[in-house]
Amino acid sequence: MAIDTNAQTTRAATGQGGHILSPSVPSAIEPTLHGAGRTSAGLWLDAGRRLVHDPAAMVGLIVIALLVLVALVAPAIVPHPPNDQSFRIKLEPPGATHLLGTDEFGRDVLSRVLIGTRVALGVGIFPVLIALIIGVTLGLAAGYYGRGVDQVIMRLIDVLLAFPWLLLAIGIMAVLGPGINNVVIAVAIVYIPAFARIVRGSVLSIKEKEYVEAARAMGQPDSVIIVKHVLANAWAPIIVLSTLSIGQAIIYAAGLSFIGLGTQPPNADWGVMLSSGREYLRDAPWLGFFPGFAILITVLAFNLFGDGLRDALDPRLR
Amino acid sequence: MTTYVIRRLLLALPVLLGIMTAVFVLLQLIPGDPAVALAGEKASVEQVERIREEFGLNRPLPVQYAYFLKSAFTLEFGDSLRTHQPVAGELRQFFGATIELSVAALIIALIIGIPAGVVAATHRSTALDYGTMIVALIGISTPVFWAGIVLIYILSFRLGLFPIGGIIGTGIKLDRITSAYVVDSLLTANWAALRSSLHHLILPAFVLSTIPMAIIARLTRSSMLEVLGQDYLRTARAKGLEDRLVVTRHALKNALIPIVTAIGLQFGGLLSGAFLTETVFGRPGLGRYVVAGIGARDYPVIQGTVLIVAVGFVLINLLVDVAYAAIDPRIHYT
Repeated sequence: MAIDTNAQTTRAATGQGGHILSPSVPSAIEPTLHGAGRTSAGLWLDAGRRLVHDPAAMVGLIVIALLVLVALVAPAIVPHPPNDQSFRIKLEPPGATHLLGTDEFGRDVLSRVLIGTRVALGVGIFPVLIALIIGVTLGLAAGYYGRGVDQVIMRLIDVLLAFPWLLLAIGIMAVLGPGINNVVIAVAIVYIPAFARIVRGSVLSIKEKEYVEAARAMGQPDSVIIVKHVLANAWAPIIVLSTLSIGQAIIYAAGLSFIGLGTQPPNADWGVMLSSGREYLRDAPWLGFFPGFAILITVLAFNLFGDGLRDALDPRLR
Repeated sequence: MTTYVIRRLLLALPVLLGIMTAVFVLLQLIPGDPAVALAGEKASVEQVERIREEFGLNRPLPVQYAYFLKSAFTLEFGDSLRTHQPVAGELRQFFGATIELSVAALIIALIIGIPAGVVAATHRSTALDYGTMIVALIGISTPVFWAGIVLIYILSFRLGLFPIGGIIGTGIKLDRITSAYVVDSLLTANWAALRSSLHHLILPAFVLSTIPMAIIARLTRSSMLEVLGQDYLRTARAKGLEDRLVVTRHALKNALIPIVTAIGLQFGGLLSGAFLTETVFGRPGLGRYVVAGIGARDYPVIQGTVLIVAVGFVLINLLVDVAYAAIDPRIHYT
C-alpha cells in the first residue's frame, strides 16, 4: 500500500522515478501482453476480484455511483428551483422547508448543492479526460520515438511543471477569461504533464520487451505497435492516475471558482457557494459548510476508489 | 559537490528561459490591447499612442521579447496599473508574507506528519494504523479553503481563540526589514508584534498544512514499512538494541530520504494552497495580489508574480535536489 493521492506530488514525482506510480508498474502486470498471445482478461479479472474485496474501495465506488445518479436526476429531485431568489427568506437557517437553509438571495442551499453535483463531476472528469488524451499521446510519442521528439516534448512538460498549479491555471484563465468551460481547459493543462510523464516512463520499459521487438521484426508499422503492444500494456497506471486525479481536479476547479474565476452567477457551483459562505460566515455558517462538505465527500470517494484500484492493479505495492 | 550544483544550475537555465517565454506568450495571448489597459479606460488616442511608444508595444515581437527578458532579469516590471506603485517593490513586500505562511505550514506538516507516519508503520494493520491513514486520506480530500472557513467559524467566531483574519493586530508598530512579519518581529526584538503575528499565523498555517501533512504521513508510513523489512534492522534488533532506538536511529533516518524529495515537490502545492488560504483569511500576500491583478487586467502585476513564483519554485526544487544529494551518500554528484 502506497502512498499519495496528491496530484501535485504525482505530477512531479512520477517524472523523477518517484514512489507514487513508478514506471515499473506495468512490469507487474505483464500477463496482459497481447503480443504474447495471451488474453488481457485474466489481469483485469484478477484486479476486479481484488477490488471487490476491498471494502474501502467499494464504499468509494458506491458513493461515486450515488453522486452520478444525483447529477443525472438533480433537476427532478431538487426541492426548490435552485436559481429562484426571494429576499423575504434570505439567510434562513436550516429548517423544515429549507433543509440546508437559504443563501443571501433566498435560494435553497440543498437544491443548489444537489444541482452543483453536475458541475463538480464535470470539472472532475472532463479535464482529466482531456489531459489523458493529450498527455498519453505526448508520452507515447516521447517514449517511443525518443531523441529529438522526446527532448522537445519533455522540455515543454518541464516548463509546465515549473508553475505551481494555481498560478498556471490563473495564467491560463487570464488568457481565456473566467467561466467554467475555461476552468476545464485550465485544469486539463495542469494535468497534462502527469499523464505524459507516467506514460513515457511506461513506454521506455515496454518498448525494450521482446514482444515489441518481435512485432517490429514482423514488419508491423509503428502505429500498430504503439496502439496494440505499447499502449495496451501501459493502461494500468493511466487508469489509477485518472481516478486519483479526478478528486484533485474537483478541488482545483472549486478553488478557481472560489476566487471568482470559475462558474459565473447565478449558476450553482460548490466553489462559488463556499466563496459567499466565507462572506456570510458569522451569520450563516451553513452557507459555506454544506457545499464544502459535498466537495470533501466527492473527493474522498474518488480517492478511496483510486487507492483501491492502485492496490488491485499492482498487488506488489500492498 | 560544487560541480554538481553548477551542473544543476546550468540545467535549470533552459527551464527558466522556457518559463519566461511561456509568460511572454501568455501575455501576448491575453485579449485586449495592453496599451489601452496601461493608459487607462479614459485615455485619449494620443495618450494610448504615447504609452505604446514608451513601452515599445509598437515594436516587432522579437524586440518586445528582448525587452521582456531584460525586464525579467532586472526585475523591472513597471508600475501596477491599480496602485501605481512599482511591481517589484510590491512583490518584495508580499513575497515574505506568503513564504512565511508556506514555511510555517511545512514545519507544522513535518512535526505532525512524520511521527504520525512512524506510528502507523510501527503499528501496521492495527486500529492505530487504519485510524491515522483514514485521517490522512480525509486530509488529502479536504479543500484548504473549506477547512479554513470551518476552523474560522469554530475557533474564531464561536470560541474567540484566534483573530478572524489579517496578518498582525491593528495598532501594533513593526519596523519592516524582510517583509515577513514573524521574522521582522524577531529581528527587531518586538515581542508584542511577535505574539500578535504568531497569533495571526497559526490558524492559516495549520489549515495550509493539512494536505502536505497527510501526504508526508502516508509517505513516511510506506517508506518506513519498506525500511523496517531490511536486514540491517533485524541485525540492530538482534544485537539487543532498544525498539525505540531501532526505529528512530536506524529506520527513520533511512526512511527520511524520499520524504526530503516530497518536501520539494510539496512546495508547488503549498504555494497554490497559500494563495487560497490568504484569500480565506484576508492575509495580504502574493495570492491576493495576483488574484486582484487578474481581475483588473493588471499586466505588470501578472507578469511579475508569475515570473517570480515560477523562478522561485524552480530554485526551491534545485535546492531540494542538492540537499537530497547531500544527505544520501549513495547519490554521486557528478
